[in-house]
Amino acid sequence: MKYMDAIQVQKRMRTRLIKNGVAKSLFFLSTIFGLFVLAILLYRVLAQGIGWVNLDFITGKLSTQPERAGIMGAILGTFWLMVVVGPVTMFLGVGTAIYLELYAKKGRLSSFIQTNISNLAGVPSIVYGILGMTIFVRALGFGNIILAGGLTMSLLVLPIVIVSSQEALRAIPQHLSEASYGMGATKWQTIKNIVLPAALPGILTGAILSLSRAIGETAPLVVIGIPALLIPFPEGIFDNFTVLPMQIYYWTLDSTLTAEYANLAAATIVVLLLILLILNAAAIIIRSKFQKRY
Amino acid sequence: MGTLREAVLKNEGYKANDRLLEIPLPSKKVIYDIQHLNLWYGNTQALKDVNLAVNEKEVTAIIGPSGCGKSTYLKTLNRMVELVPDVRTTGTIMYRGKNIFDTSFKEEELRTWVGMVFQKPNPFPKSIYENIAYGPKIHGIRNKKLLDQIVERSLRSAYIWDEVKDRLHDNAYGLSGGQQQRLCIARCLAIEPDVILMDEPTSALDPKSTRKVEALIQELKKEFAIIIVTHNMQQAARISDRTAFFLNGEVVEYDKTGRIFSNPTDSRTEDYISGRFG
Repeated sequence: MKYMDAIQVQKRMRTRLIKNGVAKSLFFLSTIFGLFVLAILLYRVLAQGIGWVNLDFITGKLSTQPERAGIMGAILGTFWLMVVVGPVTMFLGVGTAIYLELYAKKGRLSSFIQTNISNLAGVPSIVYGILGMTIFVRALGFGNIILAGGLTMSLLVLPIVIVSSQEALRAIPQHLSEASYGMGATKWQTIKNIVLPAALPGILTGAILSLSRAIGETAPLVVIGIPALLIPFPEGIFDNFTVLPMQIYYWTLDSTLTAEYANLAAATIVVLLLILLILNAAAIIIRSKFQKRY
Repeated sequence: MGTLREAVLKNEGYKANDRLLEIPLPSKKVIYDIQHLNLWYGNTQALKDVNLAVNEKEVTAIIGPSGCGKSTYLKTLNRMVELVPDVRTTGTIMYRGKNIFDTSFKEEELRTWVGMVFQKPNPFPKSIYENIAYGPKIHGIRNKKLLDQIVERSLRSAYIWDEVKDRLHDNAYGLSGGQQQRLCIARCLAIEPDVILMDEPTSALDPKSTRKVEALIQELKKEFAIIIVTHNMQQAARISDRTAFFLNGEVVEYDKTGRIFSNPTDSRTEDYISGRFG
């Protein structure tokens, strides 16, 4: 006897095909919804700000007169912040990832640490701001200089760098390091010559993406209390500073007083988006260009 | 490196453990003498009281069904097995008269004398040249001319020089599977080992590449001791001088290959080689 009844199969065919179509359209709609909102956002920002973006705006100093205001100070502040965040997170983040992935014995302690690092990635950024203010600004007495802000931002993105570096290291096949050990290489030689070079594209991608997170982050710096109005350009990591998102924040706040501030904020968003776009493009290029098959 | 280096350079053998080598060839020396080797992964015993001796300038084949411990045994000989967490061993492995489990014996030093070729060709994601030069470099050779010579000699010894000499600086992943495996053998020769361990080196290769690797093994045994794990019994019969048959972590029989294949003493050996199980 046959278990499959041809007539029954025929009957159910229609509903199965309909469900199939519904599933596809649902997923398509959810994609379109996100893109639609993003498009509106971009349109608003561009419409309001693009007219204000010009060379004088980008290279100019801050001013109370909207027509003369420029954001070079904030761009430099963001730049110096990255000078602190980049090396600190690369060194600590990759170092931690190497230890956890390649040295630490797998056990209760390491899985406890692992879980907590993943949890730290989910802690609200304002909490890191409070931590940074307590430790760097007050306890260590740095004041609200770039170094303090950069170290706070480093704490914020460190968990992301650790987790993404760990994933990059884990993706390197065991048989490559075995080949190295098999020739009498020490663990460090194997890591330095084989594992790290192979994992570097993945590590860099994660690091760049977390840098772009740090560039866009505002809340921790609000808590640290960096100034709203700052005329002189920062020249090093010990100077006072402001950054692009802070500039956007203050201009948006003040737009009730001076309407043109809203345009300045929009123009700053355009510049910030451009910087983020360049960073993300760099990450994608590194990932696709250096991706290797093993 | 001291005494071990001297022992290897003077080619000093260990006093043969004659009970295991029934007919020791007088001109050859024992380089590995394994006594009462037991190994556990966690609570599972993978090797049970293994006693074997390995001669220099011979091919020793290890055969047996999957999971019988033959790969574990091979990886114990250069202590690669210790990369697995929770491994515990007892017994001794004398390599040229020194116990490799002695705390004074560093595994990095052991592995410069005992090279290994793996089941799956595993070249580094580097150029052909850099693959070969890697071993000498990690041992401190920086001289460019010397490295060039080592690379050429190693590739020639592995009979792959003519195929790659015009593209030494191309990525090794551009080579075919068989070429990659011979490259891995050449890479292993570059550190001038004393013994070469091979873990099913042809199982991922086509018949033609397999023939080339087998021919290469015949050449290499003039200089090196080769210990090869293989699933392919014809291969063991073709290329080895001695064969050990492993079953459930124990050595069932160890003898000259001719004897094992024509007139085994143990009925389990006979069952296995005649294809009744495994």
